[in-house]
Amino acid sequence: MFRLGNGSGFSGDRVDAPIPVMRDLVAGGTPAALFFETLGERTVALAHLEKRRDPELGYEPMLERLVRPILRDAAEHSIPLLGNWGAANPPAGARAVARVAMELGLPDLRIAVVEGDDVTGEVANGQLPVHEADAGLDMGDWRLVAANAYIGAEPLVDALREGAQVIVAGRTSDPALAIAPLAHHFGWGMDDWDRLAIGAAAGHLLECGSQVTGGVFWDPGRKDVPDPANLGFPIAEVTAEGSLVITKPANTGGAVDFRTIKEQLLYELHDPAEYITPDVVLDITGCTLEQVGTDRVALHGLRGRERPETLKVTASFEGSWLGEGEVSVAGPNAAGRARAMADVLLERLRMRGLKVKARVDLIGVASVHDSDGGALWRDAGYDAPEVRVRLAVESAGRDDADQAAREVLAMLCCGPAGTGGARWRVTPRILTQSHLILRERVPTRVAIRTAKELLR
Amino acid sequence: MTRVPLYDIAHSRAGDKGNRLNLSLIPYDPAHYPLLAEQVTEERVLELFRHRGATACRRYDLPLLHAFNFIVEDALEGGVNGSLNLDGHGKTNSFRLLALEVEIP
Repeated sequence: MFRLGNGSGFSGDRVDAPIPVMRDLVAGGTPAALFFETLGERTVALAHLEKRRDPELGYEPMLERLVRPILRDAAEHSIPLLGNWGAANPPAGARAVARVAMELGLPDLRIAVVEGDDVTGEVANGQLPVHEADAGLDMGDWRLVAANAYIGAEPLVDALREGAQVIVAGRTSDPALAIAPLAHHFGWGMDDWDRLAIGAAAGHLLECGSQVTGGVFWDPGRKDVPDPANLGFPIAEVTAEGSLVITKPANTGGAVDFRTIKEQLLYELHDPAEYITPDVVLDITGCTLEQVGTDRVALHGLRGRERPETLKVTASFEGSWLGEGEVSVAGPNAAGRARAMADVLLERLRMRGLKVKARVDLIGVASVHDSDGGALWRDAGYDAPEVRVRLAVESAGRDDADQAAREVLAMLCCGPAGTGGARWRVTPRILTQSHLILRERVPTRVAIRTAKELLR
Repeated sequence: MTRVPLYDIAHSRAGDKGNRLNLSLIPYDPAHYPLLAEQVTEERVLELFRHRGATACRRYDLPLLHAFNFIVEDALEGGVNGSLNLDGHGKTNSFRLLALEVEIP
């Protein structure tokens, strides 16, 4: 049996999550690997901007913090760590891991850098077809920041075969981080679609970390899970025959049952017969579940089909500004004062001729479920004990975005009675667009060095 | 027949891909699967997101898992990219679906 753990579901996840997973993998005594998914579509764009600012940045900011407590166990128990935590700068990420290894007295730790996902040139020069989901976006005067292709498991398998103990990759697809250690351990062919489907399903279920063990699931009184402050991150157990069980470390919070598995299995899925990854197309329409123990669920009936000829590319652009301002009202007629303030804010933007697209939320009445036009809060006839008025604007010009947001600040004196607690900020916006690229046009490369060689 | 919110008999998780919203709908009791199939139609779910500009809804049925997957097009004002909504990913929308009422015996 091979045990595959997940230590992170996104950039921003709990940094102490990998510790109990590593402890459980070591205690299990079977061959194992631990993977980290820290790279969302927009995270990679922000990383490119960081790298532009400082050529030694642009990798996952929490990388050192994530690996330091587990690196010695990983090395001593031959449990490779894999992650797309290289983000926009895998070589710098590898040097960061090397510095931690040296601190821990592990100068011979073998660290792999996987590159080739950066296809910025292809997007800048060529005319890659736009992925249908995003067709119709108006790109206007946006400037290309970077473009990265979602690469598959093959370079990761190569790195493991050459003895990598830590793999620092950039824009690998999330499931590839799970498929690679399984394919390497069991010697799966990269055209053994039903086997690869097991890996893709394990990857899909684990890639968001605690989301399969009780995270973004718990609902007090309705869907309670034990100790949500201490959610155990997931572990997949796979056998040579291709059985798959999802579980979590001993002595952690959270739960693994039919409900958590089903929610995550369908998460961000489109057609359940066609979950497309760079390595295999997964079909879950024949999937059935079996509870095989406490916090242990087996998945049966997963099927795979041939991988696509193309890889998905995410291109990110910069070129507009987000201005936001918030202020509170509370007590009798809070909602009435908030509604009136919302209308006055919009009137102020018009009066001043600011070139912005604007939206107002009445947090406490209607916000995240509302439309830009405020269809819900305008209709909601009820009062609320407290309301936070939020103005959000988008503009091509930083100054217009800033001036619009400052109109919220001005409400501290010019606003309705009892207005307080203003905050405002202006941030650059990143816009992403998807393309497809033939996989032959994305050659990947793997370089393995020891920690001491990397820092020489 | 009793009229109840979906919240009483089912759970849901929302995800996004660009401007496309995905909502799972999973009855706690598999025996409720047929009544959800009958009552939680594509039209009714689309109606929940019309005010956001949603243009189409497709439901995928998973009878072996006793679950549904709804895809709502153009529900996210451009998605996390272009949206001015605080929840650009649309993750809170599972609970908009769960407020929908159904009739149970």
